[in-house]
Amino acid sequence: MTVSTSTTSRASRAPAAGGRARALSEVPLPPTAWSRVTRKVFGHRGLAIGLAIGLVCVGLAVLIALFAPLLAPHDPYFQDISNRMVPPVWHDKGSWTHVLGTDKLGRDYLSRLIYGTRISLTIGLVAALISGVIGTTLGVLAGYFGGRVDAFISYIITTRLAMPVVLVALALASLTGGSLTTVIVLLGLLLWDRFAVVSRSVTQQLRDAEYVYAARTLGCSLPYILVREVLPNIAGALIVVITLEMAHAILLEATLSFLGMGVQPPLPSWGLMVAEGKAYMFFQPWVIAIPGVALFVLVLAINLLGDGLRDLNAPGGRH
Amino acid sequence: MGTFIVRRLLVALGVALTISVVSFMLLHLSGDLATSIAGPEATAEQVAQIRVEYGLDRPIVSQYLDWLGGALQFDFGRSYYYQSTVIDLIVERMPITLTLGGLALGLAVCISIPLGVVAALKRDSWVDRLALLFAVVGQAMPSFWFGLTLIVVFAVTLKWLPAAGSGGLEHFILPAIALGYYATPAMMRLTRTGMLEVLESDYIRTARAKGLSTTSVIFKHALRNAIIPVVALAAVELGFMLGGSVVIESVFSLGGLGQLAWDAISRNDYPVVQAVVLIIALFYIVLTLLADVANAALDPRIRTR
Repeated sequence: MTVSTSTTSRASRAPAAGGRARALSEVPLPPTAWSRVTRKVFGHRGLAIGLAIGLVCVGLAVLIALFAPLLAPHDPYFQDISNRMVPPVWHDKGSWTHVLGTDKLGRDYLSRLIYGTRISLTIGLVAALISGVIGTTLGVLAGYFGGRVDAFISYIITTRLAMPVVLVALALASLTGGSLTTVIVLLGLLLWDRFAVVSRSVTQQLRDAEYVYAARTLGCSLPYILVREVLPNIAGALIVVITLEMAHAILLEATLSFLGMGVQPPLPSWGLMVAEGKAYMFFQPWVIAIPGVALFVLVLAINLLGDGLRDLNAPGGRH
Repeated sequence: MGTFIVRRLLVALGVALTISVVSFMLLHLSGDLATSIAGPEATAEQVAQIRVEYGLDRPIVSQYLDWLGGALQFDFGRSYYYQSTVIDLIVERMPITLTLGGLALGLAVCISIPLGVVAALKRDSWVDRLALLFAVVGQAMPSFWFGLTLIVVFAVTLKWLPAAGSGGLEHFILPAIALGYYATPAMMRLTRTGMLEVLESDYIRTARAKGLSTTSVIFKHALRNAIIPVVALAAVELGFMLGGSVVIESVFSLGGLGQLAWDAISRNDYPVVQAVVLIIALFYIVLTLLADVANAALDPRIRTR
């Protein structure tokens, strides 16, 4: 193990590798977060490739979403009935005015796809944040207190896991009328289970760490201990869960919209685009292939990013 | 072992009861059922009439207790849309969903376990990479879109299999592939990690040192231990797949529980929605219970936890 001379506040707080009896100066300092990252990324080529692909694709998607008005060649809502179902440019009848063709209402497919990035990313990010707050709060409390609190919260988690998410989300989205906001809130309220499970088990391991014990002895308040001592140390694990849940929320939104209970027309949700193209897929398969591939690539990139981050976090690397 | 089973059983009962409360309350409180049932063109009088007619004007607790009392005797009331009781509809559709779930699970097991074992034995080889790719792709593929793609390729272009409808076994093949692929990545990864862990253990080294054949070491000693968590995961995945069948069944117009639920949701047929949610949750609860008990029977360390 390489011993780094500089320490960050995080590294000095991490459980020291040496025994308690030795003088502090003799204890080998754990590597800083950054040296660990560089060694791992450059140590495993496969890992670096996956992480790089994920980072580049997600970064591109964020840029596309931010600059959608500049990038989109047409208005995504503009209907042109005389130019319906124009095939993409690689088809014989395609043209460069509509690179990815037009849909059944003559709207430019590329522009809709570009604006759709905004919907998917917003849903993924906001839903993951809402569920992250709920799940982490529950998980940290359960892991820190143990005993009855843990038993009660574990029971809530078990109950949530037994609920068929897709069905419940469908029914509730249909009742509340299905809009971008309701879908985001619904998914946020439903997808917190993994946050709770992970933060619970990580907090359990931290509960008896020396720095938490020290903070307790110093008389720090409970919120201080949970927020300043526990939370920073489970953040690494939580970032991985955030990526996984973002991907999950994006897929679930697409599914709800595909089934007609999620984001409503004329918004350019990718799931909705697949649903609208379904009637034409037998003769023009590209109408479902294009939004489907976009969805697949975005979710794949987010997952690769998450896998890469998890392997960086894990002490032993990928098993 | 006895106390373990009793304790797990009590938790399962509690969870089932809680889910019945939560799903009932969610449906009744997140919107006005009477307005949804009456439709957008109804007058205020018609809405009020429906509210009384369907008993929606009573306090929610008494509505719930009535519903629960019926549900305990498998009486979920009458469908608002079909001229039939909810339980008849469910009994009629259940075999389709169970066939689909069973086939999908069978397919997932047949692919994920051999693939996981080979990936672990040939760690970091091209087979391992390919298996990882297969898993990563499966996790990112939207299941409804994969289903549609299967229809376009195998039903429309190649004309090998029917695109939609329920009938003979051939109608189940494409939906089972679409649903099964969804469960494969997790099971494959778990088999692979389990095998890697077991292969490094002392008793495998001992078995090898005794001069046992490689096949005997792999199948009799390693796989048998590595597979315990996979069996539990398979049960849980089957529960998830029954819940996820709502998507696949509507893609393939397979008239099982999932499609019944989707039709019921779009027609505001809430007694049916409520019953299907509860029944699918019950399946999941029973399956996880069986998985836990099986695990505890195979691995005594779990019992004392």
